[in-house]
Amino acid sequence: MIDDPCDKCEEMMQPYLDGTLSDAEVREAERHLEGCSWCAKRYHFEARLRHYVRVAVSEPMPPELKARLAALRTPLT
Amino acid sequence: MSESTPSTAESRRLAQEARDRVRFEEEALELSDQVYRVSRRMVGSREEAEDLVQQTYERAFRSWKQFTPGTNLRAWLLRILTNLNIDRGRRVQRSPQTTPLDGELGDYFLYNKLESTTPEQNPDEERVLERLSQDSIVDALADVPHDFRDVIVLVDIGEFSYADAAQILDIPIGTVMSRLHRGRRILKKNLADKAVAP
Repeated sequence: MIDDPCDKCEEMMQPYLDGTLSDAEVREAERHLEGCSWCAKRYHFEARLRHYVRVAVSEPMPPELKARLAALRTPLT
Repeated sequence: MSESTPSTAESRRLAQEARDRVRFEEEALELSDQVYRVSRRMVGSREEAEDLVQQTYERAFRSWKQFTPGTNLRAWLLRILTNLNIDRGRRVQRSPQTTPLDGELGDYFLYNKLESTTPEQNPDEERVLERLSQDSIVDALADVPHDFRDVIVLVDIGEFSYADAAQILDIPIGTVMSRLHRGRRILKKNLADKAVAP
């Protein structure tokens, strides 16, 4: 049975985006991505998804809480 | 003259300590937005998240001398927050809950699912992404079991390193990686389930 290079590329996607692959593995992934628009599209989507999720779930801190925290500071004598 | 020396030294020490304390408090407060962002997604409601952040800062300001200058203050604050969250009894069990995944879904699963149900042929990535509303993303993350969600919140939302996340949650780095791997897949499964109709 021949390993599907796209399956291999799929397995490398998370560690690739996390920056935890070795240099050799990065080269291997990028070589495949240059010639495979199917995988390249999915990598690009994943990178955008991470950003999109981060923005979507980030709620600004309520100003009242910020004021309460500031009030916890030790008073200057 | 010799009698005044110790008291002078002592007053200098106290003055230095006061300056260190002020600096510590200022630096900690500058990180409060980031601490809140993590807290908000670790617990269920905004009120709980606010309480947790306030208690974290109360404890941090009380125990400021235990912080080692030059180390990661943001991780130190989050470690306090995580411990307080455990103390609040949110965690009935420490072992990760399991969530059935339909087989072992691959990392391309979400894209494949969304693309195949988008009417146009070969849509671009932004068009596919539009299928996910902000509310659906918030709900999909909230539905990830907490042991997996905590790791996602720290690494993907809070942008902590694996090593910092391991220290904050007091778990081995290998466990951070495996929970992140599985947690992201659970999140994607939830996102696929909650995607808006094309």
